[in-house]
Amino acid sequence: MSQAVLALEDGSVFEGRAFGARTERCGEVVFNTAITGYQEIFTDPSYAGQIVVLTYPEIGNYGANPDDSESARPFIEGLAVRELSSIASNWRSRQHAEQFLADHGVPIIAEIDTRSLVRRLRSRGVMRGVLSTCGASAEELVEKARRIPSMAGLELATRVSTQTPYEWSEPVRPCSPSDPVPEPAPVRFHVVAYDYGIKRNILRRLALVGCRVTVVPASTPAEDVLALNPDGVFLSNGPGDPEPLQFQAAQVRKLIGKKPIFGICLGHQILGLALGGRTYKLKFGHRGANHPVLNRVTGRVEITSHNHGFAVDPDSLNGNEVELTHINLNDQTLEGFRHRSHPAFCVQYHPEAAPGPHDSHYLFDEFVRLMKEFHGRS
Amino acid sequence: MPRRNDLHRILIIGSGPIVIGQACEFDYSGTQACKALKADGYEVILVNSNPATIMTDPELADRTYVEPLSLPYVEKIIERERPDALLSTVGGQTGLNLAVELAEAGVLEKYGVELIGARLEAIKKAEDRLLFKDAMRKIGLETPLSQLVNNVEDGLAFAGRIGYPVILRPSFTLGGTGGGIAYNREEFVEILERGLALSPVHEVLIEESVLGWKEFELEVMRDLADNAIIVCSIENFDPMGVHTGDSITVAPAQTLTDREYQMMRDAALKCLREIGVDTGGSNVQFAINPENGRMVIIEMNPRVSRSSALASKATGFPIAKIAAKLAVGYRLDEIPNDITRKTPACFEPTIDYVVVKIPRWQFEKMPGAEPVLGTQMKSVGEVMAIGRTFKQALAKGIRSLETGKSAAAEIYEEALIPQKLITPNPDRLGYIRFAFQRGYTVEQVREMTAIDPWFLQQIQEAVAFEKELERESLATVSRETLRRAKREGISDAQLARMWNTTWQAVRERRKALGIRAVFSRVDTCAAEFESFTPYLYSTYESECEAEPSERPKVMILGSGPNRIGQGIEFDYCCCHASFALQEFGIESIMVNCNPETVSTDYDTSDRLYFEPLTLEEVLNIYDTEQPLGVIVQFGGQTPLTLALPLKRAGVPILGTDPENIDLAEDRRLFGRLLEDLGIPTPPNGSATSVEEACEVARRIGYPVLVRPSYVLGGRAMVIAYDEETVRRYMREAVVFSQDRPVLIDRFLEDAVEVDVDAVSDSEDVLIAGIMEHIEEAGVHSGDSSCVLPAFSLSAAVRNTIEEYTQRLARALHVVGLMNVQYAVKNGTVYVLEVNPRASRTVPYVSKATGVPLPKLAVALMLGKRLKELSHLTGGVVTGCLPVPQVFVKSPVFPFNKFPGVDPALGPEMRSTGEVMGVGENFGEAFGKAQLSAGTPLPEQGTVFLSVNDRHKPEAVEVARRLASLGFSLVATRGTAAALRAAGLSCRTVFKVNEGRPNVVDLIKAGSVQLVIYTPTGAHSFSDERAIRRSTVAYRVPCITTISAAKAAAEALASRRRDPVRVWSLQQIHSRAESAV
Ligand SMILES: Nc1ncnc2c1ncn2[C@@H]1O[C@H](COP(=O)(O)OP(=O)(O)O)[C@@H](O)[C@H]1O
Ligand SMILES: Nc1ncnc2c1ncn2[C@@H]1O[C@H](COP(=O)(O)OP(=O)(O)O)[C@@H](O)[C@H]1O
Ligand SMILES: [Mg+2]
Ligand SMILES: [Mg+2]
Repeated sequence: MSQAVLALEDGSVFEGRAFGARTERCGEVVFNTAITGYQEIFTDPSYAGQIVVLTYPEIGNYGANPDDSESARPFIEGLAVRELSSIASNWRSRQHAEQFLADHGVPIIAEIDTRSLVRRLRSRGVMRGVLSTCGASAEELVEKARRIPSMAGLELATRVSTQTPYEWSEPVRPCSPSDPVPEPAPVRFHVVAYDYGIKRNILRRLALVGCRVTVVPASTPAEDVLALNPDGVFLSNGPGDPEPLQFQAAQVRKLIGKKPIFGICLGHQILGLALGGRTYKLKFGHRGANHPVLNRVTGRVEITSHNHGFAVDPDSLNGNEVELTHINLNDQTLEGFRHRSHPAFCVQYHPEAAPGPHDSHYLFDEFVRLMKEFHGRS
Repeated sequence: MPRRNDLHRILIIGSGPIVIGQACEFDYSGTQACKALKADGYEVILVNSNPATIMTDPELADRTYVEPLSLPYVEKIIERERPDALLSTVGGQTGLNLAVELAEAGVLEKYGVELIGARLEAIKKAEDRLLFKDAMRKIGLETPLSQLVNNVEDGLAFAGRIGYPVILRPSFTLGGTGGGIAYNREEFVEILERGLALSPVHEVLIEESVLGWKEFELEVMRDLADNAIIVCSIENFDPMGVHTGDSITVAPAQTLTDREYQMMRDAALKCLREIGVDTGGSNVQFAINPENGRMVIIEMNPRVSRSSALASKATGFPIAKIAAKLAVGYRLDEIPNDITRKTPACFEPTIDYVVVKIPRWQFEKMPGAEPVLGTQMKSVGEVMAIGRTFKQALAKGIRSLETGKSAAAEIYEEALIPQKLITPNPDRLGYIRFAFQRGYTVEQVREMTAIDPWFLQQIQEAVAFEKELERESLATVSRETLRRAKREGISDAQLARMWNTTWQAVRERRKALGIRAVFSRVDTCAAEFESFTPYLYSTYESECEAEPSERPKVMILGSGPNRIGQGIEFDYCCCHASFALQEFGIESIMVNCNPETVSTDYDTSDRLYFEPLTLEEVLNIYDTEQPLGVIVQFGGQTPLTLALPLKRAGVPILGTDPENIDLAEDRRLFGRLLEDLGIPTPPNGSATSVEEACEVARRIGYPVLVRPSYVLGGRAMVIAYDEETVRRYMREAVVFSQDRPVLIDRFLEDAVEVDVDAVSDSEDVLIAGIMEHIEEAGVHSGDSSCVLPAFSLSAAVRNTIEEYTQRLARALHVVGLMNVQYAVKNGTVYVLEVNPRASRTVPYVSKATGVPLPKLAVALMLGKRLKELSHLTGGVVTGCLPVPQVFVKSPVFPFNKFPGVDPALGPEMRSTGEVMGVGENFGEAFGKAQLSAGTPLPEQGTVFLSVNDRHKPEAVEVARRLASLGFSLVATRGTAAALRAAGLSCRTVFKVNEGRPNVVDLIKAGSVQLVIYTPTGAHSFSDERAIRRSTVAYRVPCITTISAAKAAAEALASRRRDPVRVWSLQQIHSRAESAV
């Protein structure tokens, strides 16, 4: 049994058992409170540059399978858990969770007191940290942690984005004979999706509601997007601080009004910037699958999936131009807005879930409706 | 939608007596509902026939009716109280069924009462299995193939079509009563016939089997705005085929990916919406095929359930409380989360620990019942354990069971492994561990049990680690290994056994190595937000979140899992102790591990430790909290067994000194004390060998009563009429008695038994109640109906009893509660036993007299004198409390769950619950009690009598009375002769062994409405059993003692004489006040 160490910038050190890759990785240490869905979390590109602590203590129980990945590979820098299962028990499992991460060079520290780590992050805010599974001294690692560039001001979207455009048409598939996934709608719309670190389930959901998707790099100019003559433009989720993404915001500004726009997570923040808004860093972010979000239009509360460390400051948006549509009931932060005169709307949380509840799938239909209407007009 | 202001007065229906499948989880839910609605300014009217519940405390509702949960009485209450609404979803199946009955009888409409929580249509759609299946098909959810049948032929036809095994489910029975799994034609016919008989509508559902599939439950809540959340997911360790109530269950689900979990979540919400439960909590059960993930929905309960209680305790999300608030119009997002304060209740709790629930069974009390688990619930209680990992939680859970057996130390037979793994049974978990010790692989065990490999792997690893530990010793073990042992939940005691040393030594060593228990919080949010409620569980992590206060505080030890002889009554006492402490300005700290109870509700006490009641865990809490002292006299036997060890470990025990509690249990010392006090007791002795036992028995004379020492509920007690029986008993008894001797008393035949509860400050003694039993001594006090005030005792006897009780209290320096059991024979009063602690009857007496005994006791333990407490006792501080009316407490038995078991009563307790009847006269109160107990006496018809010669004279009087009330009589030859001789006309009928048609035929044919049958002495013969069994199967009231027969006659007379009357406790007690 070999040792692993997780060292934080505040000098706190957690010693546990090493699993996964034998290496050293640094990043911002964040926690996620979802009970299920670790594979989706591992592979969500929005976690680039982050070491993830899972609050649920038994991880790896159901292994890993080819269908539940949110991208081509894990994007987390490292994983911290209380207990890592030595077996995988599920009819869809093809691989142990540990092997899955090891194959992609991701280190795991297990059997640490994750609750006390989370309490620390909650009270002091997220911190920079280093995870080593190859026996470095704690002092060194703490020093390293202090030298890591802060996530604030860090631009990661273009780094994780695809370098070349590609097409997507694969819809959501049932996970069991009893999974009531509807037949995919016939393809009626062409959507260009900006990839700032896009999750596959967004693409699958778009395909399911009848969209052919062209995924384009984060650095694609608006003109090139319009040249593809899409029915709508999608702005994806992604890692890092939105503030540096001025180029992307500028492109989106050019697209507003010209095409129906739907943004999720980082996409929501970029739309906010495009409309002249400001973003700010949350103390420890929202990462979990149980956040209550009030839809102010319907008056209904949706249980939603979250993964964001930054948020749009509602006061920075022009009230005559945008309508605040979604509010987080835990901390009253802004979770979604729409343009009052142009077909553009977005949410900070993850309606595609994966992992998380399906309460907000309707937003994809909403996007389709917008595209239909827009067609009618033009 | 805020609170509804058009409602003012709300009626809540409780769940009645504790029975298998419906236990104190519904006291928990009902109590939460009462509190929530009152806090919201509603006027709450409560009806529940169970006096042992917290919810029936006068303080909890504005008017509290301890009356039968049956149409006429509840209608009477409605007529009187005119409630605006009826909350039907917190009283279990009983409450739900009664609500439906009231609605269908037009009562609700007549008095303009609105059904809130679940609408009638919704209830029906969910409860009627066929309607339910249709509804599910409509929304595209699969259910197992099935057909409803009302005769054997149709049944066989359908079973033939779908193939065996098949599942049978009688309609409208509780907890699957009468249901089962049939693997072949014979079994099928047997179960089907029984089921048809047990189903009130003579219907049984035959269903395709999905045995061996993974079983899951989701706890769902929904508000009027259609906001819906999942509170908790639960995965059953035992796959489909074992009732969830009998399954080890784990929260949250462990082996589902997010895709699969969300599929189940979507299905649960769809189901809730389709059924139309517009507000409150529901429970949805699913089965998943481990091969391919195919999912079927098993059932949904449109109400708060056993699992809701578990889910509430597992997550800290108070389902019943919130359900009540939703029912009166609040939306989920309008209700704050008590624990985080900042965030709303409209969210899905997430947890960072693992919760394991383990049932507790008592087949040993049901000779003749096969200890096999199936689709019908058989367990009498359960424990819950919280750990940071599954291994830790499971280990804590096993400890919490108090089976006296620790995980490691047990006798198993290798040869039995396959059988014990393949057929679900109470020892299966133990045998799984044993199989791994014997080198079985996870795959082998999975094949035999169909239990998910993930769970098996955990157990296999734990067993392997224990093997490693055994190679260590206290001297050699490294800090790392010891820490890991504690983190995996292994107790100091178990380590001590492995390393043959003492638990103290292990404790010292690990403390020296800096390995200490710390406490983590249950906070609904995995530490994402700050928690303001000290709801704690122990772990071996790095930081302690207990944050003990500086206030003066007292720790109360609860009573652990419910079991026959130690149930809700003791939780009642513990909760009241806690309320009292808070009133006296002292912080109350509750320790318990029973998820069904009110005591484990996070807002019952100032602080809650959800922990096993073992010395190790209790000491950990003591070290952390440093309370003034510990209260052990309210939790039944469980805390008492800890009292002396705790005292020796330097923990101050409040109230009666443990040494004296012990003295009262020690027959030798106690016998001497009684001699000194000049108080008679049945001649007795004790023995540690067969020969000694026979010798003692010969000396004191037969019949004798033999039993092991230190038991509650008369476990393993036998009346021996001859040496042969004594010898046989001794050979079996030693198993139970371990190092403790076997006790032998002269058995007093036909003696009147009397139960006395008293409180004392060691000088003054207040006698709270002198309860006269209806059944004679020999029927366990917990199993006989008892009456307040005593109805047949002479003034002289009553004085003697008071006198003796006072002497005993003073002699034992009782500070707090004391219970004494007397037997009165020919004017002589004998002491049977003294328990210097809260007894089973404390809640009953408190409710009858209106004096809160636990509160008195707590005041005394805190050093107050009785004299200073007259404001609590209506002025009476010595002598005996007055009883303003006639109250009868009657037991409720689980025999219908154990076909084949002889329901004859004896010195071993077998009732699971109790009810109370209130009346102007004895007959009325007894009649109500019988009705509430589910054995209503017939209005008219035929009575069958068969009594042994000793009882014939009295039987004649009873028969005369019955005849005068218009009943016709049948009797067996001897009894019939006696009746005719007394000029009574009656038909003679064969005994079972004499020929046909015999009495069993009559019972089956439904031509007998009441059976009076007293055992013919020594041992009951096969045909007696046959008769009593058939009465259970065909739900004919069966009276097995002559005294009960007399009482029944009284009751029947009252039914003719008295109108349907109801009294609220508040009304009774205010009358009493004004009387004083
Ligand atoms: N079709 C079936 N095949 C196998 N086991 C079943 C089937 N239906 C129910 N069971 C088992 O019987 C138990 C009780 O059934 P359930 O429908 O939940 O009745 P209850 O109302 O008593 O809870 C379930 O917990 C499950 O283990
Ligand atoms: N000497 C006796 N003669 C007749 N009945 C007795 C005698 N001793 C005990 N019993 C009966 O056995 C029952 C159980 O005995 P008890 O001492 O109360 O054990 P427990 O501790 O289980 O309550 C009593 O309620 C009483 O009915
Ligand atoms: Mg069920
Ligand atoms: Mg007793």
